Amino acid sequence: MTSLESDIAHLLAGSMVLVSFLLLYQDRMFALLNFFAIHACVLAFSVGWQAYLQRAPHLFITALIALLFKGVIIPVALHRIVVRLGIHRTIEAVVSIGPTILLGIALVGLSIIVMLPVTQAEGAFVREDLAFALSVVLLGFLMMITRRNAVSQVIGFMSLENGLVLAATGARGMPLVVEISVGFSILIAFLVVGIFLFRIRERFDTVDLQALDMSRGETSGESA
Amino acid sequence: MRLNWLTQFAQIIVVLALAPLLTGVTRKIRSRLLRRRGASIAQPYCDLLKLIRKEVVVAENASWLFRAAPYVIFATTWVAAALVPTFAMGLPLGAAADMIVIVALLGTARFMLALAGLDVGTSFGGIGSSREMMFASLAEPAMLMAVFTLSLFAGSTELSSISSFMLGPHAGLNISLALALVALIIVAIGENARIPVDNPATHLELTMVHEAMILEYSGRHLAVIEAAASVKLLLYLSVIGCVFIPWGTAMAGANPIAYVIGFASYLLKLLLLGFLLSVFETAIAKMRVFRVPDFLGVALMLGLLGTMLLFVSKVPR
Repeated sequence: MTSLESDIAHLLAGSMVLVSFLLLYQDRMFALLNFFAIHACVLAFSVGWQAYLQRAPHLFITALIALLFKGVIIPVALHRIVVRLGIHRTIEAVVSIGPTILLGIALVGLSIIVMLPVTQAEGAFVREDLAFALSVVLLGFLMMITRRNAVSQVIGFMSLENGLVLAATGARGMPLVVEISVGFSILIAFLVVGIFLFRIRERFDTVDLQALDMSRGETSGESA
Repeated sequence: MRLNWLTQFAQIIVVLALAPLLTGVTRKIRSRLLRRRGASIAQPYCDLLKLIRKEVVVAENASWLFRAAPYVIFATTWVAAALVPTFAMGLPLGAAADMIVIVALLGTARFMLALAGLDVGTSFGGIGSSREMMFASLAEPAMLMAVFTLSLFAGSTELSSISSFMLGPHAGLNISLALALVALIIVAIGENARIPVDNPATHLELTMVHEAMILEYSGRHLAVIEAAASVKLLLYLSVIGCVFIPWGTAMAGANPIAYVIGFASYLLKLLLLGFLLSVFETAIAKMRVFRVPDFLGVALMLGLLGTMLLFVSKVPR
């Protein structure tokens, strides 16, 4: 692996973390969807580059899946759903953007602290790739926690899954990558169907998940 | 050695001479993009001359601080700009003062400007100063974090060493560098009162920051402050050019042709960056004042992230 080749791989993996932060920063629905598409495209490029570096053709399939499904089909479908649900306005975050970003940076720090000692024996590239991947996963979790809106939670989940794929490609000699990737894609499809469930939930006049709390009888006192 | 000092003096003159031209060129490009004809690119020079010839009017209750501030602002900004290797490396003053000194000098200038805005006691000056300080509390740490990222990467806080390192074989594509670049660009836009943060061409009272602080100035005081603002823009563009587009700069002790090439490439870099700045400014709308901390907070976040990711990536040594 020449230095330029590994530099490009590093740049692509690092960009995943950056785009995860951009996802956290967005507070508009369409911008969020667009950035999710970018997230998936960067993932596809990263995986494709890994396939080229490792001479592993099956990774090209993973890259293609990422590009096609997560980069094009799911964002377009979500875009339509958002329009049809009429929720293309501001997302209300439970925590505002500034503290969320700070939390995100703390999570990146955490993943670096956790990953570096654990992967001491591995090569430099695998180490940084795993650290980046763990950051992306944690940022996806953060997104799911801080957002109330069902669609942005789904996007948080899918960006988390992108992080898992990134981790799987970084570790060499994983023949099951394709299967894992397809498995998760099915999971995502399942969640997309979940959105249609939320359409039924239009009875609540909202996809704000706090409405669910009410029907569970949790916040009966203050918000009702 | 003598050549180095000669370069240093040439540099001190060049930054001052080119700064209004850069302002004029960016205004011209912006007008062209808006399909206006625009003023001549020499207009800032004429403005400065006109202001210098005019009488100074000072408010009755202004203290000595009000009169001294423009000169302090101008001097600190000018010195800071003289420390950046623009067309040649190996500046004697640059060896004595690194990027952190540049940030500190700019901080001093800002401090004086904010004090001057408060001095006369008008409400506009007060608003301007308080907003400037609000932005600065995010922009300055962001700038420092970007400086730290670059310094950790290159192993030096001095600009010509960083620039030489970037030219060398060890510097490659690195995510931290990209983050530092974006952070620096955001800080540069915020600090120079360019469009998404502040509009340099307006006196709309609800949105202005920089103009609000200097509202009470006139005559040569205003001329000096305007010149300082131009020099500051040149400084930021020079820093970005010197670190991220280091090609063409003359090495210390090179032959005269290298210096000519260095100068030509410097002009090209300024033109390119000025053009990009104008395009960005025409493409974007000004944001609300209370959105600006978010915008600058992103710069801080990117700087912090860049520094942290440096510990993951292997720094080439």
